[in-house]
Amino acid sequence: MALTNEIIKQKLTEKFGDQLTEWDEQFGLLTFKVPADQNLKVIQFLYDDETLRFRFLTDLTAVHYPERKGEEICVVYHLHNLVDNIRLRFKVYVPSEKPDVYTVTQRFSTANWMERETYDFFGVNFIGHPNLIRILNVDEMDYFPMRKEYAMEDPTRRDKDDEMFGR
Amino acid sequence: MRPVQYNTKVKTVEMPEGYSGEGFFATSFDKIVELGRKNSLWPLPFATSCCGIEFMATMGSHYDLGRFGAERMGFTPRQCDVLLVAGTIAKKMGPILRQVYLQMAEPRWVIAIGACASSGGIFDSYSVLQGIDQVIPVDVYVPGCPPRPEGIIDGILKLQDLVSTESLRRRNNPVYKSLMESYGIQ
Repeated sequence: MALTNEIIKQKLTEKFGDQLTEWDEQFGLLTFKVPADQNLKVIQFLYDDETLRFRFLTDLTAVHYPERKGEEICVVYHLHNLVDNIRLRFKVYVPSEKPDVYTVTQRFSTANWMERETYDFFGVNFIGHPNLIRILNVDEMDYFPMRKEYAMEDPTRRDKDDEMFGR
Repeated sequence: MRPVQYNTKVKTVEMPEGYSGEGFFATSFDKIVELGRKNSLWPLPFATSCCGIEFMATMGSHYDLGRFGAERMGFTPRQCDVLLVAGTIAKKMGPILRQVYLQMAEPRWVIAIGACASSGGIFDSYSVLQGIDQVIPVDVYVPGCPPRPEGIIDGILKLQDLVSTESLRRRNNPVYKSLMESYGIQ
């Protein structure tokens, strides 16, 4: 019997009950929301279960939703079941003042650099990460550039000479 | 008709002003040095993106930068005279570019090829250096996105004019010293 989104949803609901919310299915990709402190348990269950077998972390990134007050930063996990070739996506929401999420580096080694990148651009604090430092931007940078809290053109910038551009 | 035809279109640089007689030629030392420097510039290509491709075309047989005495690319800063920065320089690349510049021996010149190297270009972004003159002094800016090989050759010719009119010991010049100091070099 082929694994379908309905079976995945049913198995997850049996295990976690009402904790998983915002179920969605866009372009056939099952999506749901997980409470911030449950992300490790969900990943472990999806990994260990003999029918689910989600044992490949495709992507880990974040999105900033300024309009979701109290849970602005959304960390997104993309998992892949390579045996049945089926994917799913789940999201974890944390406040931008205290963006603490448990690291998944113990389960997936590939998450090491992905979480560093997510920290670099969104400032998500991955608790338990072995080496949470910037990966792409300069080390001296003191802000998180992909957060939607900056004007399109920063008038206080000093690194662009205005007289050269007639601004 | 000789069996071997010699190329009669060979162009040589003009002889500097001086006094010549049978078997000797006398001129001032700086004119000879200028002649040598100007016509045997060793370029160091620091190519990071599409301007580098245009520069490769400039070096190729069709445009042939070798005609102007800049035949040999040196891929080591210690042997080169001209640093050709072709392409976008990210802020993280800035210290590396500066290190390459510091490793070059005096006299040294810099050409910024293209909009990105000159001003950041279209990358008005948090991660891109807004012109390499933020970290190292630049002698010639070549505009364009990317500039055509003719533009790059024009930049090299402008630099040759600069080289031929500069004093021999430019590094002792107070203006040059203060320029270096403004970049925190030495």
